[in-house]
Amino acid sequence: MTTLSISRQLLAEIVTHCREVYPCEACGILAGKNNVVQKIYRMTNIEKSGVSYFMDPKEQFAVMKEMREEGLEMTAVYHSHPHADACPSQKDVSLAFYDDAYYLIVSLIHESPLIKAFTIKEGMVKEVEIVT
Amino acid sequence: MAVKVRIPTPLQKLTNGQDEVETEAGTVMSLINNLDKQFPGIGERISEGGKVRRFINIYLNDEDIRFLRNEETEIKDGDEVSIVPAIAGG
Ligand SMILES: [Zn+2]
Repeated sequence: MTTLSISRQLLAEIVTHCREVYPCEACGILAGKNNVVQKIYRMTNIEKSGVSYFMDPKEQFAVMKEMREEGLEMTAVYHSHPHADACPSQKDVSLAFYDDAYYLIVSLIHESPLIKAFTIKEGMVKEVEIVT
Repeated sequence: MAVKVRIPTPLQKLTNGQDEVETEAGTVMSLINNLDKQFPGIGERISEGGKVRRFINIYLNDEDIRFLRNEETEIKDGDEVSIVPAIAGG
């Protein structure tokens, strides 16, 4: 079984980002190698919405170039659900083009943030264990 | 010389795992058509009805073609084109 490995410190940074842009959705890229996250990139949600996100294409292009130059992979993509639970929405599933990356979702509807990770391949969603 | 095209990971299944391929100069749309001849099926993943799909971003060198001339943007030998699916959801 595959797992996603990420430090508590990086998870805390993700949560901080999600809280900062609340009530809008936050989004970002987690760079790493062999399913281990090494670096977080906060990205701009150009839709500035609480129910959708669209990563700023220019920022995304720049980050992908930087990852390539540093020999890192796009291990995961994260975004927040300010008003929904930590599972992929229909829109998340239909727009999950990067099927070799993990999709990490942070739900802010609970007393403490709930974080879950998934693989989304051809419409099939599978939860993946997060190892800290 | 030719045009270098960067293929995103989700489309590398169609290019036999290659992350970079070469094709001929021309407009963005003719480049997509040429790619589809080399790698059948890739065209419809990038465009639909002569237009680049909404959730696909294409860069000529470092510039988004939407800020150039879109599908009509001219690509010359030696240029680098990047195909980058958007990251979006709800
Ligand atoms: Zn979502």
